[in-house]
Amino acid sequence: MKTTNDSGGDVRLTGIGKTYGAFTAVHPLDLTVPQGSFFALLGASGCGKTTTLRMIAGLEEPTTGTVHLGDQDVTHLPPYKRPVNTVFQSYALFPHLDIFENVAFGLRRRGIKSVKKQVEDMLELVQLGEQARKKPHQLSGGQQQRVAVARALINHPKVLLLDEPLGALDLKLRRQMQLELKRIQTEVGITFVHVTHDQEEAMTMADTVAVMNAGRVEQLGAPADLYENPRSTFVANFLGTSNLIEAEVDTRSGDDIVLRAGGGKLVLPAARCTAPTAAGGKVLVGVRPEKISLTHADDAGSIPEGRNRITGTIADASFIGVSTQYVVDSAVCPELAVYAQNVERDGRLVPGAEVVLHWSPAHTFGLDADQDIDAGVGSVEEEAA
Amino acid sequence: MSTLTEAPPPLTPAAPAKKPPRRRGRWTPYWLLLPGLLWLVVFFALPMIYQASTSVQTGSLEQGYKVTWHFATYWNALGDYWPQALRSVLYAAAATILCLLLGYPLAYLIAFRAGRWRNLIMILVIAPFFTSFLIRTLAWKTILADGGPVVGALNTLHVLDVTDWLGWTAGDRVLATPLAVVCGLTYNFLPFMILPLYTSLERIDGRLHEAAGDLYARPSTTFRKVTFPLSMPGVVSGTLLTFIPASGDYVNAELLGSTDTRMIGNVIQTQFLRVLDYPTAAALSFILMAAILLMVTFYIRRSGTEDLV
Repeated sequence: MKTTNDSGGDVRLTGIGKTYGAFTAVHPLDLTVPQGSFFALLGASGCGKTTTLRMIAGLEEPTTGTVHLGDQDVTHLPPYKRPVNTVFQSYALFPHLDIFENVAFGLRRRGIKSVKKQVEDMLELVQLGEQARKKPHQLSGGQQQRVAVARALINHPKVLLLDEPLGALDLKLRRQMQLELKRIQTEVGITFVHVTHDQEEAMTMADTVAVMNAGRVEQLGAPADLYENPRSTFVANFLGTSNLIEAEVDTRSGDDIVLRAGGGKLVLPAARCTAPTAAGGKVLVGVRPEKISLTHADDAGSIPEGRNRITGTIADASFIGVSTQYVVDSAVCPELAVYAQNVERDGRLVPGAEVVLHWSPAHTFGLDADQDIDAGVGSVEEEAA
Repeated sequence: MSTLTEAPPPLTPAAPAKKPPRRRGRWTPYWLLLPGLLWLVVFFALPMIYQASTSVQTGSLEQGYKVTWHFATYWNALGDYWPQALRSVLYAAAATILCLLLGYPLAYLIAFRAGRWRNLIMILVIAPFFTSFLIRTLAWKTILADGGPVVGALNTLHVLDVTDWLGWTAGDRVLATPLAVVCGLTYNFLPFMILPLYTSLERIDGRLHEAAGDLYARPSTTFRKVTFPLSMPGVVSGTLLTFIPASGDYVNAELLGSTDTRMIGNVIQTQFLRVLDYPTAAALSFILMAAILLMVTFYIRRSGTEDLV
């Protein structure tokens, strides 16, 4: 592949894979991270995202495949010869050096004599100018995290690799640092490859997210695209929450597919279905909880024609301020989740009430029924715990 | 700490008096300290006082000794035996340096590279302690014997010509030379170097090595700038644990050396057990102790380990 000049900071992984004995950590995968982008590798622990990152850094030798930075093949270069830097999980700051020397470490190793100005500027960028002569253990977690970023960024790497950089911080600080990192990335314009298990973090920060599962990239795309058009049950469940309803293909009418679920009919745009759509075939119909409207069964007549509808009983309702989260049991599918904005609350929508769930067919997606309907669900709960 | 246990001063009514803890609990910490204190008194303080008083006594075995505050014993002992004292320091220093040079790579290997062999190597390091110190030192007599394989090999390689010239060996033999004594000291105190080194190396977070590599440090630089500085606590305690007992040792000089390699320990031993000049022996012990204390204090100050971790 011929690359143009402005692809000098592209990261290209070609058929890269890693096995440890009989265990395959990363199945051979191809991935291109464009220069200047904020790229996230998202997945539960043990999915191979960190191994992938470490292969880019040179800390792990790939079993197969190559790593290119721009036009340079770096597959067999040791880490100290690669123009990439890493922000390590739990930072790995040098405990015997002060903050200034930690940040100056990379510059000094490359034989740069006058580091003072650069280090001071960098500490200013991460708002730690006052702390230069302190030792790492004297700083708070958030400050240490910023030192780790500064220590890597000062070398102007072609790519900055971040391995769960916010994992050790509490929730509030994490949100703050997400914005901070995003600001820094925009300011310096360096390619960031960010490994995280936090789907919200990946979606807030990254331009492109690769969702990884069991050593494979399940799906790659912009956060909104992944969320709206998941192509596997894992992605549908791991990114946010999805209602997945088993249905059978009935007929095809124009651009739509008509499906049977229980006694009712559901309509799904053919373009949004990744499953084979032969009549009689099984399809998982997916819809996000916030796309569903809830109407009391008494008002069923007021629901406009042409919407997908399912009847059920409210099993649980939890009020969480901006919205109310309902769990609805229905004949076609138990425990459907519905998030309703608290704009006008219908006092009749309490547990036990008969309701009709309805949503626009355009908000429906179809998945191959041949996969585990609960893939990725456990991982989400695990992270939330 | 006594302010809490004392009753509040009666003339300051403004101070909201904290209820003093019950009297019974007041002495509990001291009771708990008692066994340790007793141990210290019996095994440390009393012998020290006894030795100190012996060192300023005069008299003879027949007429008995009396404390006469005869401090001249110290000056005389120092004047007579300074060569042995100096030799002790030199031999101990040489052995310590050799222990460090041999022990560091081994400790590094155990800590970072040994993998599943780690425990086995650790046992091998400690295994010599299962036999007597004396027996092991005697074994070195055989190892370094004239005409033995070691001496033969060193002769063939003309190493002995060099060490002869340096004065470490004499006349194509190793036994009864300074080299033999230093070898014995090195061998006997090596585990005391390896164990603290291993402990402090093993505590170093492996990610620091990765981080250094990631920040353009080649492996040798990583060692110089990260690993070695972080292992300084181990280096300091290892060298102390080697140097201090080595400088007071007399077994190695006795068994592997000659009259030209006598160390201060040998002198003290002879004074106590053969010459029966107790005041001189006691004075020499105190001189050795003071010298070690001074050197160690200086060393710890210089190495600045209090700054680490």
